[in-house]
Amino acid sequence: MSTLSEAVGPAEPNDAPPRGLWRQGLTVFCENRLALVGLGLFVLLAGVCFLGPLVYHTDQVHTDLTAVHLAPGEQGHPLGTDGVGYDQLGRLMLGGQTSIIVGLAAGVLATIVGTLLGAIAGFFGGWVDAAVMRVVDAMMSIPSLFLFMLLAAIVTPSAPMLILIIGAFAWLGPARLVRGEALTLRSREYVQAMRGMGGTGGRAVRRHIIPNAIGTVIVNATFQVADAILYVAYLSFLGLGIPPPAANWGGMLSDGLADTYSGHWWLLYPPGIAIILIVLAFNFIGDGLRDAFEVRLRRR
Amino acid sequence: MSESIGPTARHSTPAVNAAAGRPLLELRDLDTDIALRRGTVHALDGVSLEVAPGQTLGVVGESGSGKTMTALSIMGLLPPGGRVTGGQILFEGRDLRSLPPDEVRRIRGVRMGMVFQDPLTSLNPTIRIGAQVAEPLRVHKRVGRAEARDRAIETLRRVGMPRPERIVDNYPHELSGGMRQRVAIAMALVCSPSLLIADEPTTALDVTTQRQILELIDDLREEFGMAVILVTHDLGVIAGRADRVAVMYAGRVVETAATEQLFHAPRHRYTEALMRALPESAIRESGGHDRLISIPGLPPDLSGPLTGCRFAPRCSYVSDECRTTDPSLVPGAHQHACLHPVPTPTVAVSGPVPAQVEPAAESVTAAPPERAERPVLSVRNLVKNYPVHGRGLLRRTAGQVSAVADVSFEVRPGETFGLVGESGCGKSTVGRLSVGLEQASAGQIVLDGTDLTDLTGRERRRMHRQVQLMFQDSYAAMNPRMRVDAILAEPLEIQKVGDSAARQARITTLLDQVGLPRRALERYPHEFSGGQLQRIGLARSLALRPRLIVGDEPVSALDVSIQAQVLNLMRDLQRELGLAYIFISHDLSVVDYMADRIGVMYLGKLVEIGPARDVVRAARHPYTQALVDAVPSITPDRAATRDGTTIRGELPSALDPPTGCRFRTRCPHAADICTTEPPLVGGLHQVACHLPLRPEPTSTPTPVQAFG
Repeated sequence: MSTLSEAVGPAEPNDAPPRGLWRQGLTVFCENRLALVGLGLFVLLAGVCFLGPLVYHTDQVHTDLTAVHLAPGEQGHPLGTDGVGYDQLGRLMLGGQTSIIVGLAAGVLATIVGTLLGAIAGFFGGWVDAAVMRVVDAMMSIPSLFLFMLLAAIVTPSAPMLILIIGAFAWLGPARLVRGEALTLRSREYVQAMRGMGGTGGRAVRRHIIPNAIGTVIVNATFQVADAILYVAYLSFLGLGIPPPAANWGGMLSDGLADTYSGHWWLLYPPGIAIILIVLAFNFIGDGLRDAFEVRLRRR
Repeated sequence: MSESIGPTARHSTPAVNAAAGRPLLELRDLDTDIALRRGTVHALDGVSLEVAPGQTLGVVGESGSGKTMTALSIMGLLPPGGRVTGGQILFEGRDLRSLPPDEVRRIRGVRMGMVFQDPLTSLNPTIRIGAQVAEPLRVHKRVGRAEARDRAIETLRRVGMPRPERIVDNYPHELSGGMRQRVAIAMALVCSPSLLIADEPTTALDVTTQRQILELIDDLREEFGMAVILVTHDLGVIAGRADRVAVMYAGRVVETAATEQLFHAPRHRYTEALMRALPESAIRESGGHDRLISIPGLPPDLSGPLTGCRFAPRCSYVSDECRTTDPSLVPGAHQHACLHPVPTPTVAVSGPVPAQVEPAAESVTAAPPERAERPVLSVRNLVKNYPVHGRGLLRRTAGQVSAVADVSFEVRPGETFGLVGESGCGKSTVGRLSVGLEQASAGQIVLDGTDLTDLTGRERRRMHRQVQLMFQDSYAAMNPRMRVDAILAEPLEIQKVGDSAARQARITTLLDQVGLPRRALERYPHEFSGGQLQRIGLARSLALRPRLIVGDEPVSALDVSIQAQVLNLMRDLQRELGLAYIFISHDLSVVDYMADRIGVMYLGKLVEIGPARDVVRAARHPYTQALVDAVPSITPDRAATRDGTTIRGELPSALDPPTGCRFRTRCPHAADICTTEPPLVGGLHQVACHLPLRPEPTSTPTPVQAFG
């Protein structure tokens, strides 16, 4: 009986233990330069925001109306001060904490909920599908900003509450996407094969549908994180964000908008650039993660 | 055609060509490279071929041999990155590679026509048939809309399309596969080309349709004096149709000769091995008891440098010389590039068996299964209907497709039951019902004493241990994101068999059983070839130690040499483990080789069932006979002595099957009595026909040797 010596690459010891799944994926991730750049950028931003205040002490509670709109460098404020006298650099760190936590948590929450519900709806079809998708349609047909306003008016905004509120609406997108994927995946022969072994629908969703939809999910998740950061900004802009003295990048940006024409650029650019950088970082990471999950890209 | 070709091209009428007797198309040392990201594949290396007007040249080879690349190089349709890098393509003596692009385009568009394998993807689904057929006319001859339509209708009529006036306004999806292929042929013919290139024109079709299409190409060739290049992987198709044959391997022509000469006395060791690997050869030589003679290994990778004979690593006659010197084609009428050719040209295909054959330890059919044993699977009056929903909000049931209608059969332990029929006959549905993937509409499926139709939850899950499905396309049947170890462990996990150490041990045993190295475990499905995937698929079906494996076209996607490896493996494991198989296939010769008993299905009905050799060699149902006749064979005498029992037309719709005998609408012997439904009657060899072709042999059921 013949073997596959020509086909399966160079000679390796025949009974070497199989390499770990995660290690193979990590190798692919690390081969993607941009992904590493994104990861580095994220670590840097998160490091500055969470560890920075330990080194760089500022008062972010009490306003100081004697030091309003100081330009960068004046009176020992590297990035100047804002309209009520908060140190801009310190505020950027504090705001980054909220933005990163809320963005990441809401994005992940939305992705998980959306993926699960979408996969279940698409795979099982019938009334399950109808129920889930009608809820999605109904929620999508209402302008989300209006709902945010309503909810934010009812409850007192806080970081966990914001995560829940944003998550509750952001899952609609991934749910639709994953449902579409699941619809095509459920008729694949490997799902049939699994049924032929006596497997249940739950297993199919867990082992076959979701892993094969992961590429779509991951890419979408990076957008979800970016969107969530921006949603926090919208809500702050409407005055429904976390109330001062707490801060977030989106809120800082919308406050800065009022200063566009007064030449206070240091109130506008830093939070804007910070948002761009974090969104970019998540996109690069998402790209790398997609490759890491795409086993067909793995080289020997 | 002459008005659009310049005055210099005057000398190109078929009559002139035939008189001159020189080849219409000649390839000289053609080299084609395909640039891929990971390097350049040398798809063709010094290919020389020629075809004269009115002649059919068969180009045969396994996948990756370069046969399709040859056709595409001629037509200038190479995939992105593909380029002809050397040699000449002489069409009527003029090299297409050095002519101006406009001229080449006109020659390729008007003088050559090409038919592709898959008629569904080669037709544009959004354009009406008439417009597609007439497109070459409109492009190359600037014919007006009305005239183009008339020419399209006329061409469609010539390719045997019923009601062409109506068909021109249809869309491709409204036609069956065979009809679509006729449309594709009409497209190729509409400019009256002098060369028709058919690349696997019948591979996607059923045998009876295949026969109709091949006959059509033959007729058209005679009628128009066309030259035809018939590219196929199927030696049988070539044997019956071509004047000359070129055998290709790894980007080269390794042997070329007149058809009869080649099939009677192949010289190249590859050609010989390829013919021996056919189940047909095994049956002719030993009555189907022996293992098939497979060609070990895989074809070489054409992206690297190759020294010596390209077949050397797989050849059983290899010498050191073969590995170092590169044999060239020996000139003459029968050219071959082999240093150790099959010795005397007088030895026929069925010559002495070389030492490579591993004799079977014990033949399967020699020890017929015990009649008294309880059957593994017993199917009784099985019915499966699919409801068809109408349009509109309420989606009322508009009718039902009768996929399986009152089918009964038994499979005994250790037996192979073959199920054959054309696509749409319900054979796959029977397979899916048997493994519990679908619910029967009526009837019983008794698996090892328990009826599948009234099982619940837990019992249902346990039932899956007894019977497993093996798929045609194992790649599609494996999750591309799971490694082989996870794929093989999945059935064990689902059935909660053993702990993880025990599962790991079981997986290793399975890999050994199907002859794959252990390092295969950490690889993904896309890293394997078709034959290897089929082995993994078989290993997975074996994981739960089932008593019955249902193979749905398990070798249909494989090359002949690889098919032989897989069939041998299936037989070995059957003997070792006492498995029973239901072997579903459209390929009668494979089923003939594998099966102990065969059931023939037509439109949801089992029309004939009996011992394999009786069904194939002494068919009692006219449909079975037509199937047997339509199977292409490499035995030239058999190809020649075909009688007239061909069936015409198309499979009727299962939405509204004919009353009485379902075959009567296409049956050459249909009579009034056929409007009543014939029961399946007989002893060992049963038939559902009022007018069977032969009575059942009354004496002991010894196989009848009708031919061979």
